[in-house]
Amino acid sequence: MTALAWLIPAALALGGLGLAAFLWSLRSHQFEDLEGAGWRALDDEIERDHRKSDHANDR
Amino acid sequence: MAQALGVTPDVTARDVGPIAATGARPLTTTILAIENMHCGGCIRGIEQTLGSLADVVAVRANLTTKRVHIQTAQHPQSAEPFIGALRARGFTAKALAGETVRPEAAADHDYLKRLAVAGFAATNIMLLSVSVWSGAGSDMPASLHTLFHWLSALIALPAIAYAGQPFFVSARAALAAGRLNMDVPISLGVLLATAMSLFQTFRGTGQVYFDAATMLLFFLLIGRTLDARMRVRALSAAGNLLGLRAVAASVVRTDGRIERVATDAIEPGMCVLIAAGERVAVDARVVSGSGEIDESLITGESRPRRVTTDDQLYAGTIALSGPLETVATAVADNTLLAEIARLMQTAGQARGRYVRLADKAAQVYAPAVHVLGLTTFIGWMATGHGWEPALTAAIAVLIVTCPCALALAVPAVQVVATGRLFRNGIVLKAADGLERLAEIDTIVFDKTGTLTLGQPQLIDDDAIPDAVLARAAAIAAQSRHPYAKAVLRAATKRKLTSVPLTDIIEIAGAGLKGSHNGRELRLGSAAFCGVTDSRADEQTLWFCDGAQKPVAFPLSDTLRGDATAVAEKLAAAGYDLEILSGDRAATVAAAAQSLGIANWRAAQRPDEKIARIHALAAKGRKVLMVGDGLNDAPALAAGHAALSPSSAADISQNAADGVFQGEMLAPLIEILVVAKAARRRSLENFAIAIGYNVLFVPLAMAGVVTPLIAAIAMSASSIAVTANALRLSWQSLELRP
Repeated sequence: MTALAWLIPAALALGGLGLAAFLWSLRSHQFEDLEGAGWRALDDEIERDHRKSDHANDR
Repeated sequence: MAQALGVTPDVTARDVGPIAATGARPLTTTILAIENMHCGGCIRGIEQTLGSLADVVAVRANLTTKRVHIQTAQHPQSAEPFIGALRARGFTAKALAGETVRPEAAADHDYLKRLAVAGFAATNIMLLSVSVWSGAGSDMPASLHTLFHWLSALIALPAIAYAGQPFFVSARAALAAGRLNMDVPISLGVLLATAMSLFQTFRGTGQVYFDAATMLLFFLLIGRTLDARMRVRALSAAGNLLGLRAVAASVVRTDGRIERVATDAIEPGMCVLIAAGERVAVDARVVSGSGEIDESLITGESRPRRVTTDDQLYAGTIALSGPLETVATAVADNTLLAEIARLMQTAGQARGRYVRLADKAAQVYAPAVHVLGLTTFIGWMATGHGWEPALTAAIAVLIVTCPCALALAVPAVQVVATGRLFRNGIVLKAADGLERLAEIDTIVFDKTGTLTLGQPQLIDDDAIPDAVLARAAAIAAQSRHPYAKAVLRAATKRKLTSVPLTDIIEIAGAGLKGSHNGRELRLGSAAFCGVTDSRADEQTLWFCDGAQKPVAFPLSDTLRGDATAVAEKLAAAGYDLEILSGDRAATVAAAAQSLGIANWRAAQRPDEKIARIHALAAKGRKVLMVGDGLNDAPALAAGHAALSPSSAADISQNAADGVFQGEMLAPLIEILVVAKAARRRSLENFAIAIGYNVLFVPLAMAGVVTPLIAAIAMSASSIAVTANALRLSWQSLELRP
C-alpha cells in the first residue's frame, strides 16, 4: 500500500505533463493548420527551414 | 512574443522567432486568400515564391483556411506584387481586407483547452474509480476508499468549475430569459452530482459520481469543439469569398490627375475611367468613348451590350472594350447593387428563423429530463425512503439522461459530412446548410453561368477547316470579346499553330481587322464582313479571308458537360426542376428542352425570381436555388437552401449555403446525397441516444445505477454515435427518391 504514496502522485504528474504539453502546443499555434502540418511533415525542405528557425529561436 | 510584436496571432511563434532575436522593427502582415491551394506541394510553392521576394521576412501558408500570411518589414503599398508573383506560379490569390484577429478561432481554441482539462480530469479520476470499483469486493480498507474519494474531489472540483463554464453560462442565460435549453439539464446534472458526491465524501459513505460528471463534460465538449470547428471553417470560407470583391477604381480628379480610389470613397459626380477588361465599380453614365459591356452578372444575358455616350452602366458588370469615361451616378441607396442587397435582406429573414435539428430535439428533451428527475425524487420520497436515496436516484437519472450522445449526434455527423464534401471540391459555408439541403424537394436553376458555363462556345466547329480556324484565332487573340475568346479556345483545343499577322485593329462593336501575306482578314459581325445571310444573327461571328467567301462561326453558351445527365438523375430522384432565367425566351426554351425541364421562365428580373420562389414556398415547397449571377443573389437568399458555382458573383456566393468548384454540375448530386445521408445518420444517432435512455432510465429511476454502470453506458453510447457518423466518410451513396 505504501507504493500508492508515490504511484498516485506519479500518475497525476504524468497526466499533468500531458495536459501542459497540449496547452503549450495549442498556445504555440500548432493547431492552426492541421491539414498543412500533415503535408509539411513529408516535405524535407520545409522541415529543414523549420529547424533553422527553431534554432534561431532558442538563441 | 508574437503578441508583443503586434502581429496577428495566427502566425506561428517560430516564424517570427529569428526576427525577434535581432530586435527588428514591428512587422506588417498581409493576408491573402488563395483559392487553389490543395496540398503540401502548393504550400511549398507559395512559401518559396513569396519568400524569395524582396522585403518579405516570413511567410506562412495555412492549408486549412487557404490563406497565406506574409510579413514584411515595411508596410507594402499594395498586395499586387505578391499576387502577381503567385499568379506567375499559377496560384489565384486575392488580398483580404485588414483582418487582424479571428474571434471564431479563439472560441474554437477555448473549447479545446477546456476539453483537454476535462479529459485530464476524467482519465485520472477514472484511474482512481477503477481501483475503488475493483477493490469494493476485496480487502480494500475504508480509509483508502475515502482517500481516493478525496483525491477525486480534488481533481474534479477545479476541472468541473473550468470545463463546465460554457454550459453553466449558457444555462443561466437561458433560465434568465425564461427558456429551457439542453445546457440546463446538463448543468443541473453536473452540479447536483458534484454537490452530492462532495457530501458523500465528507461523510465517508456511499458512492461518488465525480468520474461521471467529468466524463460527461469531456464528451459534451467533444461535441461543442466539433461544432465550433465547423463554424470556424464556414466563417473563414465566407471571409475568403468576401475578400474577392473588386475594391478600387480609377478616378479622374478635377486637375486631370488619375488616381486609384477605393470603391466606398467614390461619390456621385466623380469622373471614373473604365479600362477594357475592368469591372465597373459603381453605377455610372458614359460621357465619352464607346465599348461593350458584359452584363451577364446582372441580366443573365450572355451577349455583351454595346454602350456609347449617355448609356447607363451598372456596378459589377465588366467592360470588354474601352476605355470609357463615365460619371458616377448612383448615390449609395440608389445603386442596383444596393437595391439587390435590400431585396436580399428581406428575403434572407425566413432562413434566419430555421431551427436546427439538435435544437428541435433539445426543446422536447430538456423538459422531459426534468420531469423524469423530479418524478423519481417524488416517487422515492412518497414511498418513504427519505430524501437522501431519493436525491441519489434523481441525480442518477439526470446523469444517465444527460445528452452526451445527443450532443455529439449532430456535430459529429456534420463534421464528417463537410469533410467529405470539402474533399470533393464543395465548400459548405453555412453550418446549418446541410440540414436545410436535406429537406429540399424543388430545385430552381438559373441558366447562364449555372446550367451553362456562362461563356459562349463555338458550335459545329467541325465544319470549319483547320487553316481557316488558325487564321481566325490569330486575329481573335487580340480581343477580349467573349466571342473572340471562344474562337481562340476552339483553336487551342485543336492544337493549331498561330499564323503571323500585321496591322491588327479592333473596331468596337464591329470586329477585328488585320493582314496576312498582304490579304485583309476580318473577324466580326455580319455587317462588318459584308454578309447578308439568313443565318446572320447576332450569335454568329463571320470571318473573311481576302476575297474568299465569308465563313460563319456560330456561337452559343453551351450547357455544362454533364448538365443533361444531372438533370435526368435529379428528375428521376423525384425532384421538381425549374429554370428561372434573365435571358431571352428562345435561348432559355432551347436549354430547357435539351435538359428535359418542362418548367421554365425567361426574362425574369431579380424581384420576379424572388416572387416565384416565394410562390413555391407558399405551396409548401422547400426550394433549392442554384444560381451565380448578381441577379440571382436575392433569389438565393430567398430559397430554403442555395448553392453557387465558384465562378459566381461575390454577392451570390455570400448568399449561398455552399459553393461548388469545377466545370461540372455533378457536385450538386453529391451535395444532395451527402445532405440526405447526413440527416439519416443524425436521426439514427438520435435513435441510438434515445434507445440507450430507454434502457438505462428505468434502472436509474429504480436506483440501481451505480457510478460504474453510468460510466460504461455513457462511453458506449458516445462511441456508438461517433462510429455511426464516421460511416458517412467512406460510404458510397446513391441519389434516391
